[in-house]
Amino acid sequence: MNSPNDTATPKTGQNRSKLFVPEPPFRPGDTPDFSHIRIPADHSPGRPDPMVDAYDTEPQATGLVRVLRLDGTIAGEWNPKLDADTLREGLRHMMLTRCVDTRMFSMQRQGKMSFYMKSAGEEAVAVASAMAINKTDMVFPTYRQQGILMARGWPLKELMCQCLSNAGDKLEGRSIPVLYSVRDHGFFSISGNLGTQMIQAVGWGMACAYKGEDGIAVAFTGEGATAEGDFHYALNFASTYRAPVILNVVNNQWAISSFQGIAAGQGKSFAFRGLGFGLASIRVDGNDFLAVYAATKWAAERARRGGGTTVIEHFTYRKEGHSTSDDPTKYRPKSEPDAWPFGDPIERLKGHLIVLGEWDETRHEELHKALTIEVRESYKEAEALGTLATPSKINPASMFEEVFEDVPTHLRRQRQEMGV
Amino acid sequence: MAQMNMIEAIRSALDVKLSQDPDVLIFGEDVGYFGGVFRCTAGLQEKHGLHRVFDTPIAEGGIVGAAVGMAAFGLRPCIEIQFADYIYPGYDQICSEAARMRYRSAGEFTSPLTIRTPVGGGIHGGQTHSQSPEALFTHIAGIKTIIPSNPYDAKGLLIKAIEDNDPVLFLEPKRLYNGPFEGDPNIPAVSWAGHELGEVPEGHYTIDFEKARLHTQGSALTIICYGTMVWVAEAAAKAAGIEADILDLRSLMPLDLDSIIKSVKKTGRCMVLHEATRTSGFGAELIAEIQEHCFYALEAPIVRVTGWDTPYPHALEWEYFPGKARVTKAITKMMEG
Repeated sequence: MNSPNDTATPKTGQNRSKLFVPEPPFRPGDTPDFSHIRIPADHSPGRPDPMVDAYDTEPQATGLVRVLRLDGTIAGEWNPKLDADTLREGLRHMMLTRCVDTRMFSMQRQGKMSFYMKSAGEEAVAVASAMAINKTDMVFPTYRQQGILMARGWPLKELMCQCLSNAGDKLEGRSIPVLYSVRDHGFFSISGNLGTQMIQAVGWGMACAYKGEDGIAVAFTGEGATAEGDFHYALNFASTYRAPVILNVVNNQWAISSFQGIAAGQGKSFAFRGLGFGLASIRVDGNDFLAVYAATKWAAERARRGGGTTVIEHFTYRKEGHSTSDDPTKYRPKSEPDAWPFGDPIERLKGHLIVLGEWDETRHEELHKALTIEVRESYKEAEALGTLATPSKINPASMFEEVFEDVPTHLRRQRQEMGV
Repeated sequence: MAQMNMIEAIRSALDVKLSQDPDVLIFGEDVGYFGGVFRCTAGLQEKHGLHRVFDTPIAEGGIVGAAVGMAAFGLRPCIEIQFADYIYPGYDQICSEAARMRYRSAGEFTSPLTIRTPVGGGIHGGQTHSQSPEALFTHIAGIKTIIPSNPYDAKGLLIKAIEDNDPVLFLEPKRLYNGPFEGDPNIPAVSWAGHELGEVPEGHYTIDFEKARLHTQGSALTIICYGTMVWVAEAAAKAAGIEADILDLRSLMPLDLDSIIKSVKKTGRCMVLHEATRTSGFGAELIAEIQEHCFYALEAPIVRVTGWDTPYPHALEWEYFPGKARVTKAITKMMEG
């Protein structure tokens, strides 16, 4: 049987175009085989000076920046030379992120909250990015960068209360779980509308530059939402006004059920899109903690030195469903996450520390146990303030507050009508 | 006091705020060196610098989105969308982002930004330069919608908008930029020169939102309107030979409902005017509130005169525009009933 995308001879006329609809390489029932993805062993491309001409980053935009080999050794020019304590700190943040995700996912399944989103497989992107920038730099995240909050030490109880929409939720139960806003930890209010934060981050960066402040803005989007106009506005404005910004594209291969090719089209890489706007661009192994750290450090230095925005594509893989409402086995092989050739970010950093002689299985297991207890205790404290399944303690009158700075007449009338 | 048309009054408001507050920035398409297609920002870049008043790419979603980021940072961007007809690419950033930022972040992040944009017809702009989309914004929780009808109000309301800590959509009736307009294209255009409402203080002053202006007083009828239609209402009432309370709303959100109720209870008759299309227009909201609060005071059904539910046609502009003739006819009919 011919594939529907085969170009057949047209019956009439000269137009040989045929509507092409891309499909992922594997669907449920297939055996995933990623041998077509080249895993560079020599660890090129190299690390140019952060003030390099943007167009000279083409090798970085089309290649894959890596530091960690799969066997835990390191190679290439991008080694950020972090000390063992910093590496262990990164490992801890990633493990904590996964631990929280596991707990919250199961609590959602028990009906304690309406929804949750894990970041399994992508922890290095969030954690290493956060560790490579200043705590005062504002991040404009999506819903899958909770690792930033771990790295910046936001109390777990507060995170959990937001997910539970309970009396401890400082956002007063206004948003669904995981749409956090944590200004004092440099974490911008997450929008459920995808891509909008990219151009907002550029506006924030422009404001930093206008005020002569040292801060930069660091935005994240999934690869799917790069198709939104906001992404293109962001690249255009970032280039025009040389905004001190990092625009991260987390290419985790899947936008709910749509594979990355739906957004990518015939593009060489998502990073490559940055070059068209004259922005420095890097494609990095997103499962490599050290590579993410090094690329982010490079981009932050470039931004702070007046070199403008860098686009970083994090090549990674979404190991689990999009959210608690999603079942990925409906559209991709069940074994695909295990077949993904870049390994797991936690295992890879752990392996590196073991190679260095700075870690071992026993310490790893002990840390995992300690984090599990920490998460369990925090969750108990959070749940004591209520869950979605218990009567809400949020004052109904708060619904009418903060629509505007002051409650206008019509909202006062509506509040009275509601009887509160 | 100085004599100003509405363009000059708007420019003066921007100049006052740029001078007072280093956090005020102005940007949009063609607003920089050139000074805007309607000249509202003329000379401001030269006076205040390239970093304060600058041109943007043709990307309304980008203009609003960047302003949302800046406003969250703590600046007070005052952006221009060249025509309200082009605001739609920025609609998501306005409705889902700017309008909700304070609410969704429980006050951690706010959107103190002002969006200026020309609205309305009467300048041969056809369906792409004549729209009045106010109802698309008054329907959204978290954004204020303001529309002045004269130079004095334009300046005071615009300064208020820039100083407001919430996002404000500031609609400029472009047919009124150079003079009041009765809605009769056969009468020669008049300018603001010598007009009482063209007398504008050169310094800082503000006009509060949620405060309608009683344009004329009368006991026969209440006409509720805003923007260009204020001047059409005045001419039509005169032509119909009646004295009416003409309420110039100025602020659609928040709305001065008390002034509306007070006037309608006094006159017992109410007409609602707007240039925008009728169905689901802001007039529908006004009429719903009036019948709820004034039903037993009404002596006749509430009448609305609006643009037709069609795109704004180029060649048939004056058949579309709810001008003096159509409003006069509606008043006469209503007063007979």
